[in-house]
Amino acid sequence: MQPFSREYLREIFTKPTNYINTNRGKKYYDNLYRKMERRLAELKRQRPVKETEIRFEELLESWELTRRDFLKWVSATTAMLMLPPQFEPLVAQAAEVMNRVPIIWINIQDCAGNTEALLRSASPSVDELILEYLSVEYHEVIMAAAGDQAEQNLEKAVRDFEGKYILFVEGAIPVGMPEAFTIGRHAKTGVEHLKHLAEHSAAVIAVGSCAAFGGVPAAYPNPTGAVGVMDIVKGKPVVNIPACPANPANITGVVIHYILTGELPELDSLLRPKFAFGFRIHDNCERRAHFDAGEFVEEWGDYGAKNSFCLYKMGCKGPFTFNNCSLIKYNEGINWPVGVGRGCIGCSEPDFWDKYATERPVARSPIQPPAGRGVESGVDEFGLGLLTAAAIGIGIHAVASALAGKRNQDKDTE
Amino acid sequence: MGKHLVIDPITRIEGHLRIEAILDENNTVIDAYSSSTMWRGIEIIMKGRDPRDVPLLAMRICGVCTGTHYYTSTQTVEHALGIIPPKNARLVRNLIQGSLYIHDHVVHFYHLHALDWVDIVSALKADPAKAASEAKKWANMLTDPLTGSTVQPWNAGEGQFKAVQDRLKKFVKAGRLGPFANAYWGNRSYKLTPEQNLVAVSHYLDALDMQREMAKLMAIFGGKNPHPQSLVVGGVTCVLDIQNPARIGHFKDILMRSREFIYRAYLPDLLMAGAVYADEALKGIGKGLGNYMAYGDFRMDDNDWYKGELLFPQGVVLNMDLSTVYDLDQSKITEDVTHSWYEYSVNQPLHPYEGQTKPKYTGFRKDGTVDPDGKYSWIKSPIYDDKRVEVGPLARMVVGYARGNERIKHYVDWLLTSGNLPVQVLFSTVGRTAARAVETAVMVDVMIEWVDQLAKNVASGDLSTWTEFDFEALTKGKELKGYGLTEAPRGALGHWIKIKDGKVENYQAVVPSTWNAAPRDYKNRMGAYEASLIGTVLSDPDQPLEILRTIHSFDPCIACAVHVIDVKGKELGVYKLEPIGGACNV
Repeated sequence: MQPFSREYLREIFTKPTNYINTNRGKKYYDNLYRKMERRLAELKRQRPVKETEIRFEELLESWELTRRDFLKWVSATTAMLMLPPQFEPLVAQAAEVMNRVPIIWINIQDCAGNTEALLRSASPSVDELILEYLSVEYHEVIMAAAGDQAEQNLEKAVRDFEGKYILFVEGAIPVGMPEAFTIGRHAKTGVEHLKHLAEHSAAVIAVGSCAAFGGVPAAYPNPTGAVGVMDIVKGKPVVNIPACPANPANITGVVIHYILTGELPELDSLLRPKFAFGFRIHDNCERRAHFDAGEFVEEWGDYGAKNSFCLYKMGCKGPFTFNNCSLIKYNEGINWPVGVGRGCIGCSEPDFWDKYATERPVARSPIQPPAGRGVESGVDEFGLGLLTAAAIGIGIHAVASALAGKRNQDKDTE
Repeated sequence: MGKHLVIDPITRIEGHLRIEAILDENNTVIDAYSSSTMWRGIEIIMKGRDPRDVPLLAMRICGVCTGTHYYTSTQTVEHALGIIPPKNARLVRNLIQGSLYIHDHVVHFYHLHALDWVDIVSALKADPAKAASEAKKWANMLTDPLTGSTVQPWNAGEGQFKAVQDRLKKFVKAGRLGPFANAYWGNRSYKLTPEQNLVAVSHYLDALDMQREMAKLMAIFGGKNPHPQSLVVGGVTCVLDIQNPARIGHFKDILMRSREFIYRAYLPDLLMAGAVYADEALKGIGKGLGNYMAYGDFRMDDNDWYKGELLFPQGVVLNMDLSTVYDLDQSKITEDVTHSWYEYSVNQPLHPYEGQTKPKYTGFRKDGTVDPDGKYSWIKSPIYDDKRVEVGPLARMVVGYARGNERIKHYVDWLLTSGNLPVQVLFSTVGRTAARAVETAVMVDVMIEWVDQLAKNVASGDLSTWTEFDFEALTKGKELKGYGLTEAPRGALGHWIKIKDGKVENYQAVVPSTWNAAPRDYKNRMGAYEASLIGTVLSDPDQPLEILRTIHSFDPCIACAVHVIDVKGKELGVYKLEPIGGACNV
């Protein structure tokens, strides 16, 4: 079927949307609960990564955190993972066994923005403790060793944790021009580096939109032929945590889920965890009432801007973008792009630099997207109005959800 | 000849960098090569876009100096269109960029640079009580320049140091050192006492918390950090935030707490390290080129672009001669590709407006090392008035000092006198690190003035945040060009744009690490990193600690440096790419 034929659009518009179901019934949750218990018991039996057992209680104490702080964090994380409150004890236990998960973090065609975001992880501050408590075996931006010693650390971690470590990838991979990234004494290319480390990992997590979908380097005309992790890594579970940069709370959420279940969280068709990317920014936007009332900012700094009107006409892509920014915001909830009066640029969606990151609504965007790839080319072609354009976002989600739904069904029937 | 070292990857930096060094039989560096190993081609990507959308993309050049390319790119487009943003927007931008400075400098000192000076393992042997008096000693050498009172040390009681030490012991005992594994602990070139190491390690941990707070400063008016989103061509969008007194109050509250940390931990720790390593500084270890350049930045008034007073003045100082400052002339900036993986159609360095780039990757030699006679880096070699120059906090302080700028002179003299250090100490690896600390003090204090000015201006009823302009009328059928010359935390940053009929015709960026990390030029003159390594002695040639120390003193930010490209579409063929759309086949 042609991507933007009338039939295609009609079909996606008429499909029922499939938001995350947070009430799946007693049976489902009972099963999940038992599965998680088994998983945690198994993890507790495993030899810790660190040679000496560190007691979690002692660790909390040394960080000057009370049990109460910790429980607050547990409640928040359980809710973010869309689990009912009876799962809180399991989330708490998961945090306690986290030191058994070794992490290797590599940077390819990146800007280190996701690393920086991770350093801001803090909501509440025990997140940071958890992250530090993971066994970070290799991370170029923070590690003390360099050169040969750094390479030795990497290879040692691969040997010691064969099939057990989680590989985090930041940055795109230049496939069309492999020499655009080399690393190490033997000048390995990005593709070689990634394939080698993915092969021995338990799972691969692509952090940020570059690693997920190619992001900035892959923006038109993609000079280095950059792609995301899922285009390279085969035969291993891959999770995408897009956004520019990824929200650190979503990174932590995926890791906890993995520990709890030994599986990756429920994903949409773009391999994004549904707990974070299951709804549109628009659905939970603090300015939503003004959208519904037809009150829009028409010009930067105007009356509407001073009164928190909707930013849609200034190019906000909240209606097209699946992410939880409107719920959890950034930097411990201090602010976010809609709050600051700019609007969303769709940074957790594939090809957002070519489709969404403009000061204009999609239908009026003068950017020529790559042929056949942009949503707005369809809009222009069919002369659909603004609201219909918004509906395309919903439609795309419907397709995504339908595919993901199928996967979930498979999982549930197991 | 001695050893040929290859250090790849250089860690604790942003980006991907390889350093090679040739050692003589005494393990002294006699030759060095700086090679950048990653390339994205962001300027090609900018071509053909609406200039108003380019700043957000430009920001993604770097996530560490996040916001700085956004700020510079916005200014570049405004300069081309002839727009001056209103006073509130100027102050908000100064505050956002200032937040980046203090955050970035603190993270650099503690998390990227400190482990070159501080031996974590040695801290295990420290006496916590002695560490407490050590911390007090260095803090008490300082007098707060705003209040006149003696500075007291940060979180430096005996009990605190004992707790940190216990935590460290537990960590080391646990066996896996994670990010601290297989490093250079015990190397003879670590000179701090166990107590001094303990003080620094304790503040390393405190700084992890502080930097998270400091990042909020940018998020309050920027929306988030990293990658803020409130700047637009013509002004800023955060009108709701500036008219909310609680927001301004929150900003000031975090700012004052950040100031406490800077004055009570960062500056005393710097004095401590500076004193211990002063002999190396006076020997000129890491001196480098001795030529310093600053574009100047932080507008102090609302005059036209490049016509008003700046916090950091522009200028060039040559051969460490503080008696003469040359005015900066952006037309004298050129880039050369003799040793870079690009080729030009003409055989001479080119100004960014005329810049052309055709990638020509030649790889490494058969033995896996760089080819010193050929091309060996993705970074071009920028040249100012046919001179190689260094940029960064040291260049800003040197230029400001030589200009007799009162504010800069006051703070530089204040720190040097407090530590009984002569001014010559600045021309070294230690000096580069010290200049960054002085600058942090200058910045946090001037930010108090800016936030007060913002509050006062808003209270007076001025809520203007955007200068209205008619983009169509300004650009239709016209060719415009402009530049943005600013100072990123890492040094002089320049963007150049050509706009044709409302679209980006050409975009070029020459960034701080282009100046510093560049390879040799057409006259075979070294870049700043390369020059700074000459004469450095390694106490153990298998442990490149002293090399890391000097390279880190520049605060490398390599992704920024490697993206400078101006491609006429036809050259894309070399990448074996399938053209996806029509726009590139110009």
